[in-house]
Amino acid sequence: MKINILRSETNTQQSYALPDKETTLLNALTHIKATEDATLTFTAGCRASVCGTCAVRVNGKEQLACAYKVQDGDVVEPLNYHPVLRDLKVNKNKAKETLVKSTAWLQNFTEASLTHKDEKHTETQTDCILCDSCYSACPVYAVNPDFLGPFALTRAYRYSTDKREDNAKNIIDNIQSNGVWDCTLCGECTMVCPKGIDPKMDITMLRGLSVQEGYTDPTFATQSFGTPDFSGGGFGFDPNAGF
Amino acid sequence: MIDVLIIGSGGAGLTAALAGKEQDASVLVVGKTYPTNSQTSMAQGGMNAALGNVGDDHVSSHIADTIKSAHGLCDENMVKKMCAEAPQTIQWLESIGVPFSRLDNAGSGVETVAQRQMGGASAKRACYAQDYTGLKILHTLYDTCLKNDIDFLDEHYLLNLVTEGGSVKGATFLDIRTGEVKQLNAKSVILATGGYGSIYHGYTTNAYGSTGDGVAAVLRAGGSVSDMEFVQFHPTALKGSSILISESARGEGGYLVNSKGERFVDELKPRDVVARAIFSEFKKGQEVFLDVRHLGEKKLMELLPQEVELCKLHEHVDPATQLIPVKPVAHYSMGGIDVDDMLEVNGIKGCFAVGECSNAKVHGANRLGGNSLLEITTFGKYAGENARNHAKNSIVSEISIHQLQQDKGYLKHLYAKDHTINFYEKREDLGKVFYEKVGIVRNNVHLSEAMGILNAIGESHQNMGLTDKSPTNNTNLIDFLEFSNALQLAPTIISAALTRDESRGAHFKTGFESLDDEKFKMHIVSHLEKQA
Repeated sequence: MKINILRSETNTQQSYALPDKETTLLNALTHIKATEDATLTFTAGCRASVCGTCAVRVNGKEQLACAYKVQDGDVVEPLNYHPVLRDLKVNKNKAKETLVKSTAWLQNFTEASLTHKDEKHTETQTDCILCDSCYSACPVYAVNPDFLGPFALTRAYRYSTDKREDNAKNIIDNIQSNGVWDCTLCGECTMVCPKGIDPKMDITMLRGLSVQEGYTDPTFATQSFGTPDFSGGGFGFDPNAGF
Repeated sequence: MIDVLIIGSGGAGLTAALAGKEQDASVLVVGKTYPTNSQTSMAQGGMNAALGNVGDDHVSSHIADTIKSAHGLCDENMVKKMCAEAPQTIQWLESIGVPFSRLDNAGSGVETVAQRQMGGASAKRACYAQDYTGLKILHTLYDTCLKNDIDFLDEHYLLNLVTEGGSVKGATFLDIRTGEVKQLNAKSVILATGGYGSIYHGYTTNAYGSTGDGVAAVLRAGGSVSDMEFVQFHPTALKGSSILISESARGEGGYLVNSKGERFVDELKPRDVVARAIFSEFKKGQEVFLDVRHLGEKKLMELLPQEVELCKLHEHVDPATQLIPVKPVAHYSMGGIDVDDMLEVNGIKGCFAVGECSNAKVHGANRLGGNSLLEITTFGKYAGENARNHAKNSIVSEISIHQLQQDKGYLKHLYAKDHTINFYEKREDLGKVFYEKVGIVRNNVHLSEAMGILNAIGESHQNMGLTDKSPTNNTNLIDFLEFSNALQLAPTIISAALTRDESRGAHFKTGFESLDDEKFKMHIVSHLEKQA
């Protein structure tokens, strides 16, 4: 069988032959590097879907190389919206800055009485391995490179609903700009997450929490009520009053 | 100048960074990948602390279990320190938001943290987060580092420590992205670079990068390594892929059975005992399987969701209905950089080592499951504090760039030279030789053969080199440097194993099946001969 890998130096796909047996993409890449082409560049770590190092796109869809079984004719490319360093190796620093901007951490600890149900509440969200698959799949980045994005917002949600968090409002305040309202709720992130996390739902929940804190959907306000036709406010209601 | 330079960004490095940063010390964490990519993410089962949340437990029992499993080779004061501080480490992890699994006991704070049974433990002592304990601790530590404005330098590969007059002055790194060789000067250095399990390439649960980079750097800088022969074999890795299936699978009630469906060992014995029992089944021509079917799908998905997924993906086995084929593979390096009770490297002042790279003498001849996450967090803090204090008292002087120039020269030479041998093949060979001859059950004939093969590989090292000559993002170069580090450490393991004519913990030798305290209740320490 053959797979095709996008090489950065030539910006063309290079075809590699593989033995006809079941194998993970990571094993295939390692095999190619060790036996055929030592210049092929990718990153990998644990082989067990937990270190988040080896995410790539296969036939346009984000996959962990260690968890994807190679098919004849597969096209392998680097993640989207990350500067390509070489071949499948990308720079993840900018993506990781979204965690800082969203202040996705425990702000003020307060002791709480947690239960099994509380554990379950954010169990899936805390399975995140920061592989950046969701970031790569998110179409918002095509128009807004400053979007906080799925993994940062999922993490913001996880902390903001932790019973030990005494200042969730601070997180909510920090995810308004280029944050919860900029998501189109297309669900591409949810589709590609290798750990079954649903950032779309987390963002929806964060919108609810934002409204509770007095924020409104700015896009809703401008699109529905902010057009010249309505700007006079002649209908007798305030467009910012909490729709 | 940086006060505390931390090399390695796993759980030990991140904890050290948080502790080091207190009182306004400047801290920089340098890693060869990104902080959350580390081996810590792979720790599954749990972290020990005698909280007594599920049945009675006491710190003294934790200490006793750990000492027993160490088979006479631990420093009891270090064990006491680690175990006694475990409950407050859990309290600290609770305070930064680690999402532990919980009990419904109407308690408050850490009283609600769930605890499970692990091998060799006299109580349900391992605090956990499903079977993602390491992942969730690591990521919470990372989030907390971002909160505390810790500086990171990603994708920088450690080349050498910079030392002058027996004191550390910094380290040299290869910037993987640009290919530039840099020297970073610091008042204190903490090595948190992980273990050397990847010498057993292809026969280890470890990530590719666990090549003992920091341990080898200490050897080259004139420091010592100790207890290198003690390599833990985890009883249950997936047969085909060597991927780890957590000990908690047995802690939760899983059985080990052979091809005849018979159980052959108490599954909750320490890892060395269980690994050897499996090995002797193999010798009888039996296969060995982990059987968790009786736990039922619901409980499996609740307690071991990651394991279920990995079995399906890599072995085409559904643990709810099928047996899981397993084999023991290299899992953890008990030995490592020889440190004193301040975690300062013996022979290099101001240089500290913590986590799997370090031999803090808490695990001795065999580590208990649940004690490594405890070590990296508890001693991570200790290393951070000690390094910070050392930095406070250190006098800044001009630091030579001799090491930097030497490393630049070496890389230039490496790029220029031709090679005839593919080192990737030798990496495979080395892993296989180590698994077969320096493995679970050893003997002096096999060990000598392994040393012979190793010497031959060592001699051919000069005929190995880079196929990829790209100056930037050259992972062929990184693979080569990692393999070279593994190769440098390999003889220290074999020679210590040859010397130790006895059986103790994870080191088991045919012909010398019992413990010989008179001759061997001691640490075997190695260092490089000084070049003339």
